[in-house]
Amino acid sequence: MQFGIFSVGDLTPDPTTGRTPSEAERIKAMVTIAQKAEEVGLDVFATGEHHNPPFVPSSPTTMLGYVAARTERLILSTATTLITTNDPVKIAEDYAMLQHLSDGRTDLVLGRGNTGPVYPWFGKDIRDGIALAVENYALLHRLWREDVVDWQGKHRTPLQSFTSTPRPLDGVPPFVWHGSIRSPEIAEQAAYYGDGFFANNIFWPKEHYQRLIGLYRRRFEHYGHGSADQAIVGLGGQAFLRKNSQDAIREFRPYFDNAPVYGHGPSLEDFMAETPLIVGSPQQVIDRTLRFREDFGDYQRQLFLVDHAGLPLKTVLEQLDLLGGEVVPVLREEFAKGRPAHVPDAPTHASLVAARAGDVPSTQEATR
Amino acid sequence: MSERTLAVVAAGLGRPSTTRLLADRLGAAAAASLRERGDTVTLVPVDLRDHAHDLVDNLVTGFPGGRLRGVLEGVTGADGLVAVTPVFNASYSGLFKTFFDVLEPGSLEGRPVLLGATGGTARHSLAIDHAMRPLFAYLRATVAPTAVYAASEDWGGDADPLTPRVERAGRELADLVAGRAPAVASDPYDEPTPFADLLAGG
Repeated sequence: MQFGIFSVGDLTPDPTTGRTPSEAERIKAMVTIAQKAEEVGLDVFATGEHHNPPFVPSSPTTMLGYVAARTERLILSTATTLITTNDPVKIAEDYAMLQHLSDGRTDLVLGRGNTGPVYPWFGKDIRDGIALAVENYALLHRLWREDVVDWQGKHRTPLQSFTSTPRPLDGVPPFVWHGSIRSPEIAEQAAYYGDGFFANNIFWPKEHYQRLIGLYRRRFEHYGHGSADQAIVGLGGQAFLRKNSQDAIREFRPYFDNAPVYGHGPSLEDFMAETPLIVGSPQQVIDRTLRFREDFGDYQRQLFLVDHAGLPLKTVLEQLDLLGGEVVPVLREEFAKGRPAHVPDAPTHASLVAARAGDVPSTQEATR
Repeated sequence: MSERTLAVVAAGLGRPSTTRLLADRLGAAAAASLRERGDTVTLVPVDLRDHAHDLVDNLVTGFPGGRLRGVLEGVTGADGLVAVTPVFNASYSGLFKTFFDVLEPGSLEGRPVLLGATGGTARHSLAIDHAMRPLFAYLRATVAPTAVYAASEDWGGDADPLTPRVERAGRELADLVAGRAPAVASDPYDEPTPFADLLAGG
């Protein structure tokens, strides 16, 4: 089981001080947060990709390449890489490059993005969102697996005798997760390829994600990649921790009330009841996170959102101390209990290389 | 003989509410007409006032909270719908519109709907035709030809223009409901489009 954090990279004023960090501060803060994640023993750092204010991370592989140079163990991922508006050829090249520089510590979560104008800004049409995700990934999948590609589709210039460089490290493409908040088509896509499925698990109630993940697991089995409980599931989540829960609630409330997306809407209490948001003590975060397994089955990756809504860097780093120091060690132990032996861990570069060598079937390997 | 449910949505804000009163009369008339044909009818009353905060939260967060979720399912799963709004500023009220704004796209497609509106004077009765009908046309609902507008004066007086109109409208909704197979909720998560079809551009 992998644990980590994912960042949207929002540039939001701190509602308690009114201060907005500069882009430079926020970008450097994300790097500091990523390094801290490794330092406290987390496994994954994932950055969002956005092309409009108030978000800073427009160029994920630049940031992750920099983080790769400053870390040794951390898996560098995305949340999400826009498979709709990015050229799949450029994704193939950028992430293969990152994979080499990071010695294989690279995977990615593909998503469609949710800001309407981003599509026209990149010459696409939002009404083609699903079609773009399907066609672009079909091409990306081939570019990483076939040395020379002839290709023709609807949404980009045809390719003749094209070789995407660098070739994936050790001939093994980065592992891909498909992220979705609501589209059954994306769960179906992840199942078809036997890739991972990442449920953002932040904005909607669990019943909704149960249907999405249930669909993915069922179809993963249908397409012959293993049994439904061997499908590779990642979950988001959102936590704010203090030693005791009253302090956590009191301190987080102004950030919640003014947060982008859900701020100025439901009360913190309602939102905690309706969604996976956990504000409380380390023990409460542990208990609530363990319930994810009851809701969704044994899964492979848990990412927390901890650095949004204007929270100052110092607070975020304290969150990571608590997550890494008190929460994740217990979660590792507890999630390992009663986990069936046939349920795989999340694929890593090493496990995929070993699987290709024929040692074990890919989804059954575990190297964490 | 079929089992039918009719959702009866009213956006009135007063207590008691003439909008609810009209909605109930329309629902009862449609139910009576269906029962004459041997159907069993369950009426599901929905007062949007009770869900006003949850509806705004849904606008902000993009998902319905637990309390609202059940209400939405009750309406989208019904065989027919009675929808009644007070006329505010020459149109349906914001609360009425919000309710239909948070429904999943397509969830009222083909659904028989009976429209009603209330107001202080009969001068606003065309709000049904210039505001409500286009909304439900967009939602691809099947709207009964007769809609009922009730002004304050309609609730008293000797002539009682309301009762025959309510009965005719109820009968029309019943005709539309009776002509349809009972509602079956379809779930894209149960039966996804196979990936081969997606790849082929389906």
